[in-house]
Amino acid sequence: MTRLREIAHCRTGDKGNTSNISVIAYDAKHYPLLLAQVTCARVKALFAGVVEGEVVRYELPNIAALNFVMSGALGGGVTRSLALDAHGKSLSSALLDLEIEDISP
Amino acid sequence: MRTIRIGSGAGYSGDRIEPAVELAEKGDLQYLVFECLGERTVALAQQARMKNPQGGYDPLLEQRMRAVLPACAANGIKIVTNMGAANAGAAARRTAEIAKSLGLSSLKIAAVIGDDVLDACKDGDLPIMEFDGTIKQLGNRLLSANAYLGAEPIAQALSSGADIVITGRASDPALFLAPMIHAFGWAMDDWNLLGQGTVAGHLLECAGQITGGYFADPGYKDVAGLARLGFPIGEVGEDGSLVITKVAGSGGAVTARTCKEQLLYEVHDPRRYLQPDVVADFSEVTVEEIAPDRVRISGGRGTRRTDTLKVSVGYVDSFIGEGQISYAGPGALARGRLALEIVRERLELTGVAASEWRFELVGVDSLHGPEVSAPASEPYEVRVRVAGRTESLGEAVRIGNEVETLYTNGPAAGGGAWKSARDVVAVASVLLPRELAKPQVRFVETS
Repeated sequence: MTRLREIAHCRTGDKGNTSNISVIAYDAKHYPLLLAQVTCARVKALFAGVVEGEVVRYELPNIAALNFVMSGALGGGVTRSLALDAHGKSLSSALLDLEIEDISP
Repeated sequence: MRTIRIGSGAGYSGDRIEPAVELAEKGDLQYLVFECLGERTVALAQQARMKNPQGGYDPLLEQRMRAVLPACAANGIKIVTNMGAANAGAAARRTAEIAKSLGLSSLKIAAVIGDDVLDACKDGDLPIMEFDGTIKQLGNRLLSANAYLGAEPIAQALSSGADIVITGRASDPALFLAPMIHAFGWAMDDWNLLGQGTVAGHLLECAGQITGGYFADPGYKDVAGLARLGFPIGEVGEDGSLVITKVAGSGGAVTARTCKEQLLYEVHDPRRYLQPDVVADFSEVTVEEIAPDRVRISGGRGTRRTDTLKVSVGYVDSFIGEGQISYAGPGALARGRLALEIVRERLELTGVAASEWRFELVGVDSLHGPEVSAPASEPYEVRVRVAGRTESLGEAVRIGNEVETLYTNGPAAGGGAWKSARDVVAVASVLLPRELAKPQVRFVETS
């Protein structure tokens, strides 16, 4: 067992009340692991209490990356949120702590 | 094949100034673009313009222009920027005065106007996308409505000989796409070229975010020289080929990894990145390191643009009151939690009305809430934070007051209390039929 941080890097972006987090494999050989284990259901479960809406995943095999789009994630919207991190920029760091199993060498 | 070099001189309104000077002096550029207009900035600028008809443009315009104009004029670099905010005309006139004071009075300066579509939005009583309601239902809380204009009027200004083009609300990638359209004569219905040009603009628009800013994670993603981070340059060919690079010797790094992170930044469906000029498709993009700090980006495509323009609507949403105070040393966490309980009870006892609350401990659970935050070991210090959304400023003030009174009424040894109350100007969106926005180019008359 390892953490997502060991095989991928992430960046958060914001638009209105929607947050997106990219998950990019350091090495393309780990892209199948991302596909199999970094699922919408797991991301939604991880951000319980933060993300109110749906989580959608887009796949980008050319750059061995996934893009998660999470609606209702930013306290009603960046420009009106009560949160300290209104943009949700720190959310990517939480995702990097996701557990990943069965890393082959 | 003809190639142009476009520098990105700012990624947001408050961005560092020296990297743009470095680009102007050493970047071998033909164009320097400054993206300085955040989502709600136009609404705030519109409020400023109502107070002062000659105001309403970017407060750092003067400082940036004074810093870069000498090198840009000397090297024949044309400037494109959205620093016009709510008053591009006044920003252009002010820039002309600055140029004159620097002995550069021959520069031709143009403003792109017509992004203000408040009247058209009111006439159509357009529905708000983010919540149930229409423009008219915002009543006197409505401040502004600005359409995201495309590259066409900017390219037109450049083709008419402008050295500096200043816009209000325009799509960020369009600020970069315009020089390509102007330099290469790209057709406004060559969707694949416009799509690849949009990839270039999207990668460049946040400046340092593709040269190693917003990226470093020590031990995993190390970046050298962040204190003197170099801003990016896009080398664009007339066939849409693209290399991202930066000034040799500047801080930071351009790598496949920095480019991939920025490619997906603020993107939803990568096949449908909606822009005023094109629906760009990032899904087939490839990223290849061809030399140190040189990354080739290929495969951007596009399809026909939509019939509507996105309009950013500024309105007064609510008020936010907030208070903070710190506790340290043994028992800091317990005292912080006690403080939160006391404030919660006080707000109830005194009847402070808010529609939404946050009670949290900075250093423990303020960023991701108690469910996501792992059960942390005892921190050395915690900072209590209470925030609430209210209907009036007076009500918002009471929230911070109840945190401040913890000094003499709360747990032992609370320090560094801070409070604020502010109005919240928020933005929402509507879609406007594109023919209802009528962009125009106006050159500053030179005396």
